[in-house]
Amino acid sequence: MDGLPLFPQQASTAAGPIDLLYFWMIALTIFFVVLIAGLILVFTIRYRRRHEAEVPQQISGSTRLEIGGMIPLLGLALVTFFWGAWLYMDLSQPPQDSLEIYVIGKQWMWKSYHPDGQQEINELHVPVGRPVKLTMTSQDVIHSFFIPAMRVKQDVLPGRYTTLWFEATQTGVFHLFCTEYCGTDHAGMVGSVTVLDEAGYQDWLAGEGTDPVGMGSTQDEGQALFADLGCAGCHRMDGTGPGPNLVGIFGETVPLEGGGTAVVDENYIRESILDPQAQIHEGYQPIMPTYEGQVTEEQILQLITYIRSLGTDANQSDSEQP
Amino acid sequence: MEADPHHNPALGHHFETLEQQHDTNILGMWLFLSTEIMLFGVLFTAYILFRVLYPEIFIASSHFQNATIGAINTAVLIGSSLSMALAVRSAQLANRRALLIFLAITAILGSVFLGVKGYEYYEHWHEGVVPGFQWTNTELEPRAQLFFFLYFVMTGIHAVHLIIGIGLVLSLAFRSRKGSRYLGESFLPIELMGLYWHFVDVVWVYLFPLLYLIGRH
Amino acid sequence: MAVPSIALNTRRHYLNVNYGVKSWLLTTDHKRIAVLYLISITMMFVIGGIAAALMRYELLTPAPDLVESDDYNKLFTVHGIVMIFFFLVPSIPAVLGNFLIPIMIGARDLAFPRLNLLSWYLYAIAAAMTMWVMLSGGIDTGWTFYTPYSSAASPTLVIPTAVGIFIAGFSSILTGINFIATIHRMRAPGMTWMRMPLFLWSLYATSIIMVLATPVLGITVLLLAAERIFRVGIFDPALGGDPILFQHFFWFYSHPAVYIMILPGMGVVSEIVAAFTRKRIFGYRFVAFSSIAIAVFGFLVWGHHMFVSGQSAHAALMFSILSYIVAIPSAIKVFNWTATLYKGSISLATPMLYALGFIGLFTIGGLTGLFLAALAVDVHVHDTYFVVAHFHYIMVGGTSLAYLGGIHYWWPKMTGRMYNETWARFAAITIFVGFNLTFFPQFIVGYLGMPRRYHYYAPEFQVLNVLSTAGATVMLVGYALPFLYLIPSLWNGKSAGPNPWGAAGLEWEVASPPPPENFAETPIVTVGAYNYGPVEEKIG
Repeated sequence: MDGLPLFPQQASTAAGPIDLLYFWMIALTIFFVVLIAGLILVFTIRYRRRHEAEVPQQISGSTRLEIGGMIPLLGLALVTFFWGAWLYMDLSQPPQDSLEIYVIGKQWMWKSYHPDGQQEINELHVPVGRPVKLTMTSQDVIHSFFIPAMRVKQDVLPGRYTTLWFEATQTGVFHLFCTEYCGTDHAGMVGSVTVLDEAGYQDWLAGEGTDPVGMGSTQDEGQALFADLGCAGCHRMDGTGPGPNLVGIFGETVPLEGGGTAVVDENYIRESILDPQAQIHEGYQPIMPTYEGQVTEEQILQLITYIRSLGTDANQSDSEQP
Repeated sequence: MEADPHHNPALGHHFETLEQQHDTNILGMWLFLSTEIMLFGVLFTAYILFRVLYPEIFIASSHFQNATIGAINTAVLIGSSLSMALAVRSAQLANRRALLIFLAITAILGSVFLGVKGYEYYEHWHEGVVPGFQWTNTELEPRAQLFFFLYFVMTGIHAVHLIIGIGLVLSLAFRSRKGSRYLGESFLPIELMGLYWHFVDVVWVYLFPLLYLIGRH
Repeated sequence: MAVPSIALNTRRHYLNVNYGVKSWLLTTDHKRIAVLYLISITMMFVIGGIAAALMRYELLTPAPDLVESDDYNKLFTVHGIVMIFFFLVPSIPAVLGNFLIPIMIGARDLAFPRLNLLSWYLYAIAAAMTMWVMLSGGIDTGWTFYTPYSSAASPTLVIPTAVGIFIAGFSSILTGINFIATIHRMRAPGMTWMRMPLFLWSLYATSIIMVLATPVLGITVLLLAAERIFRVGIFDPALGGDPILFQHFFWFYSHPAVYIMILPGMGVVSEIVAAFTRKRIFGYRFVAFSSIAIAVFGFLVWGHHMFVSGQSAHAALMFSILSYIVAIPSAIKVFNWTATLYKGSISLATPMLYALGFIGLFTIGGLTGLFLAALAVDVHVHDTYFVVAHFHYIMVGGTSLAYLGGIHYWWPKMTGRMYNETWARFAAITIFVGFNLTFFPQFIVGYLGMPRRYHYYAPEFQVLNVLSTAGATVMLVGYALPFLYLIPSLWNGKSAGPNPWGAAGLEWEVASPPPPENFAETPIVTVGAYNYGPVEEKIG
């Protein structure tokens, strides 16, 4: 990796199309810079001042030329805009079948939580050829999650979840940078993204990937927390409690008190834990207390992972179990 | 241009005519007020955003405002605007006595407003609704601190404007106590003062319903 | 006291009409205030430059070796704050605008001379506060002050800095009010809007932004300070506040502020190009109105700083397309300056070197701005060195070259003396070369993915950083040179005479340096700007 690289690796499905747009704009830039600099050079030589008292002929301008010049410029601008916007819409919509990983940023480290319970610090292991969706939040200030080789970046905010997704196209180890200034060791908030082939990824999941830093799995921690905080008292698995049954609720669209609906996703669950009165499931009383200040971001993610593991509408049958 | 422009002490050396000087100053004051509108605009934008986000919290919090006192204070401030307008008129008519009286009334009413505002702040302190310093109230949820933060910032900045206004009114009154200063054709500073004073009042006319009267239909 | 109606006595001018510290510190003469600004802005530029140099030398190697991380963070913060609020924003308006606006429109002074002096005092107080902050612990939030880092986490002197910026903002607002009122009401008889030099159009557009955008920043930094004092506030997510709201408020000023910084530079370039081609500016009306268009559209694009902040995709689309539209008036200016060269009588004197350098570098800066407006590409390059390179092409390659060009163009008018042309050209070329060597590699290292505001970095970025530091060294030499020939020119420069360049414009009709009252009699204007001869040819 040493030496003088001039162009970043292309390691995701997004990299190629984004680079193509980049090259298009480089071509535009070169064209206009050569045009302007060339004209300046030619005019400066051709029309250099020959004697001190020289007065050139005066030209006032040309409305036709101005308008005629503006239209192609506007055309080029719009083409570039639509191109960039089209790729951006792609980046902002993660595929349905993505591998879902949670990430917490804090001064000055990244922690990631895999669906099967593996946790990592400043590292992220992902499989090649599968879309990966990161749902991210910050425990303190704003950070930004950036993998140059994948051409993806997303600010990571305290108090809400943001997402990004990518699909790696080659195996290898790539830089992970924090790109939103976050204090003293901002430059140290870096890590690596390791892309493994499917076999290697399964090995990693089974082997060293499990419990690398001496913690239990996210889901187990979440289950324990669900019991400790007394959630299970109201949110009973058989649906007889005063709170909604959470089995199979993740990803569902639920009706709200006072009209409207909400999709039960990470942001909804987070809000329901911290500000339960904000959006209440229809048919339930506003009796849940807030857990603001009692749970950390990490614990909220553990709870979400646990609730998620209770099944989605795809595997409702799991809800038979206690 | 043939006339010496320096014959009139009310005319600045760089202006050609009194009319030019007058128009330029009025334009300058309006530009300054447009700056002020943008400044308060930020606060109103933040207010609207959070009121839409947390309507119940804003309603619950505004019940800690005493609407009667607020209404009285609004009347006091509108009265001060009236007296300011009369001060401008007195200056135009070159009536020094009336000018001094109306400037004094304006300053007094402005001070009364500040006094009442201070009393309200004192009450809020005892109710424990001062975020960061005295938040002991248990009826309100913690997020109500947002409302009170905005309340103190908005009314505080308004009060600072009023204090500056009172200072300027008093200094104009002091300088016009003798002679013919600000009288007749040199009434411009009084007129500029009036524009500023009315602006500060108008801001309050918006603040009052937004902070005191939410949820009282 | 009475002004003699005979020809001006060239021995009596604004510099020698009276002496002593008091005559300067209590002056209301717009020309003296311009000189006060020139001195204070130069001091701030040196301080900001030293911070930049220290950063570049730290980045010579990938490892942290010259300074501690906290100090590095304070360096880029002070560099940003000083260069933006205390150099770029006031530079051309407060020095050149102050000096020239009344003279260019045929007035004796700005509309509000005492307010003008107050502007300078506010500037000086704010600058002193910022220096005090720097010496007593510093601030490490970056010039962008993003919450909640600035409101809840940073252990540094955020509150006094915020107050300093609030005060500097009011200095800027008062300058804007003064300029608008002056241009509206103080023009000499016959000086119609369409006869005004383009420099005035651009300052008029700049002043609109100053008056309408600056208060937004002022109140936003005060809200930030209040949030630190109350320990609760509207930007803190812990109690339901929104940190993104801060970014919206901040960029609502700080994007238009980019135009506060570049529009006056465009105005200076229009003046210089006209003078050193001895021609009217091609498409005067288009260049004039493009300034206003930039000022208006500039208010609608702030969200393009926030494409990866978590704002909605729809908002991102709107801000992206508007950013493309605001590029059009800038392109119009570039093409019209170039077209002005056509069939001109081109002299490559020092100011013209700066102006041509501006056109080239601004073109690169503007076009690379389009990379950042393209949503998908911005996701990759946002907050990398690509952005750093882009805005330095605009701010240093653009504004500061225009500022130096303007200083060299009007130096004979301000001082009555000529400087050493050979040294001046050498300095201009040195700055141009050093600038490109510094910032061009940053485009590459940015696309490679090197984030900005990094105290240390991955080793594969080193070669490009070494090039950048080498360029900064060249630029440092280039910036030192003008001190060495401009200051001595005050004593031993050749006498300039009223119009050393053979340029058109009211400022070249008064003596150099101008008399205190500018004009003994109010001039009556009968011709438009750049009146080098009758229009002989119309194209199209």
